[in-house]
Amino acid sequence: MQIIIVGCGKVGSVLAEQLCREENNVTVLDVKSERVEHLVNELDIMGYIGSGISFDTLMEAGVKKADLLIAVTHSDELNLMCCLIARKAGNCQTIARVRNPEYNKEADFLKKELGLSMIINPELAAANEISRVLRLPSAIDVEVFAKGRLEILKFRVKAGSPLCNLSVQEMAAKVSGDILVCVVERSDTVTIPNGMFVLQEKDYVYVAGTPKSTAEFFKKIGIEANPVRNLMIVGGGKISYYLAQILLAAGTDVRIIEQDAASCDMLSQLIPEATIIHGNGTDKALLMEEGLDGMDAFASLTGIDEENIFLSLYVKTQSDIKTITKINRISFDEVIANLDLDTVIYPKDITAEYIIRYVRALGNSIGSNVETMHRIAGGKVEALEFIIRENAPVVNVPLMDLDLKDDILIACIQRDGKIILPRGNDSMQVGDTAVVITTRNGLRDIRDILGKRRVG
Amino acid sequence: MNYQVIRYMLGYICYFEAAFLTLPCFVGLIYGEYRVSMIYALVAAICVLLGAAFRFKRPKDKRMYTKEGLVTVALCWIVLSILGALPFCISGEIPYYVDALFETISGFTTTGSSILSDVEALSHASLFWRSFTHWVGGMGVLVFILAILPAQGGAFMNLMKAESPGPSVSKLVPRLRDTALFLYGIYMGMTLLELALLLIGKMPVFDAVTLTFGTAGTGGFAVRNSGLADYSVYQQAVITVFMIAFGVNFNSYFLLLRKRFKQAVKSEEVLTYLGIIAVSVLLITVNVRPLFPNLFQAFHHTFFQVGSIITTTGYSTQDFNLWPPLSRTILMVLVFIGACAGSTGGGIKVSRLIIMVKGIRKEIRTLLHPRSVYKVRMDGRAIEHEVVRSVNVYLAIYVLIFVGSLLIITLDEKDLVTNFTAVGVTLNNIGPGLGVVGPTGNFSSFSAVSKLVLCLDMLAGRLELFPILMLFVPSVWKRGKREKVRIEKTKAEKAKV
Repeated sequence: MQIIIVGCGKVGSVLAEQLCREENNVTVLDVKSERVEHLVNELDIMGYIGSGISFDTLMEAGVKKADLLIAVTHSDELNLMCCLIARKAGNCQTIARVRNPEYNKEADFLKKELGLSMIINPELAAANEISRVLRLPSAIDVEVFAKGRLEILKFRVKAGSPLCNLSVQEMAAKVSGDILVCVVERSDTVTIPNGMFVLQEKDYVYVAGTPKSTAEFFKKIGIEANPVRNLMIVGGGKISYYLAQILLAAGTDVRIIEQDAASCDMLSQLIPEATIIHGNGTDKALLMEEGLDGMDAFASLTGIDEENIFLSLYVKTQSDIKTITKINRISFDEVIANLDLDTVIYPKDITAEYIIRYVRALGNSIGSNVETMHRIAGGKVEALEFIIRENAPVVNVPLMDLDLKDDILIACIQRDGKIILPRGNDSMQVGDTAVVITTRNGLRDIRDILGKRRVG
Repeated sequence: MNYQVIRYMLGYICYFEAAFLTLPCFVGLIYGEYRVSMIYALVAAICVLLGAAFRFKRPKDKRMYTKEGLVTVALCWIVLSILGALPFCISGEIPYYVDALFETISGFTTTGSSILSDVEALSHASLFWRSFTHWVGGMGVLVFILAILPAQGGAFMNLMKAESPGPSVSKLVPRLRDTALFLYGIYMGMTLLELALLLIGKMPVFDAVTLTFGTAGTGGFAVRNSGLADYSVYQQAVITVFMIAFGVNFNSYFLLLRKRFKQAVKSEEVLTYLGIIAVSVLLITVNVRPLFPNLFQAFHHTFFQVGSIITTTGYSTQDFNLWPPLSRTILMVLVFIGACAGSTGGGIKVSRLIIMVKGIRKEIRTLLHPRSVYKVRMDGRAIEHEVVRSVNVYLAIYVLIFVGSLLIITLDEKDLVTNFTAVGVTLNNIGPGLGVVGPTGNFSSFSAVSKLVLCLDMLAGRLELFPILMLFVPSVWKRGKREKVRIEKTKAEKAKV
């Protein structure tokens, strides 16, 4: 696909890298020459220096032949304008990043009237992500497939957990057979385990199952799946605003600590149901005074990454509640993963992922069959949902007879609204959707999971 | 420094050299030169073995930074030349290896300077090989590899940057591989077109093929002792037009293909290039008019010669050594200007000249209005200060290399004109100079040391100085700290075993 990305900031760079790796022809555009040069030297893409709202520059970048334009500059208006021009000048799909809450209310109107294919609001996306994580306090990450019928949950094996030193096979027999271990992350290696794989303390484990079966599973291994009843947030930015809205609607009590008086004023006007506290979130006494002890969860969402990390670490020393840490800028994932932080939210990755999911879906109409796509384990593993079509070579073949490539796991098959966690005797049928977990990049069709030998 | 990835790329180069060498082998078979054919086949086999040895172990770390890119390109060209010289030497057609090396480097760098006094004595296979090296060297071997190999990462942009002529390299399309394919497509198309036009003009097939290779790569090896003097006016005219066409920035052709005519026609560099040609032709025609029976003859030969020199091809229909001083001087000035960036020609490049002149204008303006803000612009676009600076540095290094080489080859005690033009035409990849190395002379009388210096000049000129220069920077060859640790570890492991 021919893709133009306007704006080479954090999100733009992540997008360019991923889309380029997936064999798209990517052209980037930015007014800052050093940003463009840096990207062009790193990746196999083309770069232009210029404004995304300049008709000439867009024409030069090939908007006429482009399939998709993604506008992710710092300014909402610029992004919208750019998409509008691209829409009129060429005949491409457009995606704009719009983060101002005022526009957000009109998102649907804008989308329709300006002919946009997608509007992405990074803060809203991050807030959605956090709210999903909060639903299951001990499962650290949640990804939803098959319209919510299947979940993939990430949790950490703690010391003394019944899972310690248990092989995957034994686990199925002793603990629960209704869930499937998909991926295990140990320090910085990611494995798709087979039955012999032995779990250890401190592993991050990803399990797939229906919401019901996973809830049972967590109960059995001694992690209570209580929903969060109250949450403390430090930092009153846009993510906090959206998150508070979502959680309040679900009946959760929200307490926001914010340093800036004006922001506090605004928040209390916008979300009167929340408790807004004007104070410094790094003040330990204040945290205690506001009842950190009694909280079910804690989210550090200030604008400073280092502060967020330290806050969460501190909270971890005080009580055993779930922490959520937002990281905007720092790119030391490996180091951060080793810290005792529960959930780490990277808004730029979430935004990029939402867009890439859309791009893949767009690619569907041109010949791939990916329904949804999630990147997990720091982007090292992909979970893809495929639609099984009539001429797929996997139809009616028992899974044990399929010659799968390495590093591929079929996590689940969905048939007529029912979830099947597949065993060797099961087979895929036309009309099913299958969720495939893989460390490979760029699978486009269910047939891509097969090795050279095809059907055995 | 990542030695492994460089070694791996060198392996590729050996394979490609083997593939290239099979062509003269076939040509030899066609003309019944079985002994020479066998030699080419033998050298091809050596290349395959060497390539297999280089590629025996896959590199663990495939990252290639600018440093590795530059060194890889320089080493690839050197390996290519060293292996390519073998057949000449083994077959005894060029008995001394240094001479054979000079001839091969002259071929790959599209220079066209020769040490042979009797070209017609060579076998057809060797003549073909000589000309074919021009064609390969014209667009660049690594660009060719990039076009053929499966998709590579962005790091390989460094290879293309190091090999393509011009102050700044831009891709035509987002994918490096597609860009390389496009360039070779245009190159191939124009080559075939010229070949067809020459064949229509009833040129013998062998001459047509070899001269087309020479024109396309802006090389300049002829296959007759008389150069191009014996061919018909039509044939010479076709070659003139194509020489000039191959000296145009290929980006312009790309824009034409994409039907962006306005942009293509407006290119400042191409217009300046054509302007320089027009003015030079006019001046020289007037100047040499008395030497020819009529105006057309004078114009025809002048046009050919100007086209041949500015595009750094180096074909000749006339011994311009005998032309008046003004004409010779103009031709020598053209030697240094060279063709457009992004073409197959050599020299300093018209775009660098434009940037330099505009840079001078900027400096003068700054002197007049110390607080004025003024950007050097080209094609209506402001040029980064970095580019202006790199052009200036380029010229400084260029002059230093020139002077250094001149001093060394002066030890052979030839006259100044010969020495000066010999360095000039090799560093700018032209071919014939003036004096002893003029169109009817050759480079054989230089000492081995001088020939090697001129070889380096040719490589430096073709690769735009920096890659070859990098080879002489000691810190480039140092291993990183981590690499050292790794090597020591493996040593320790081996010791244990």
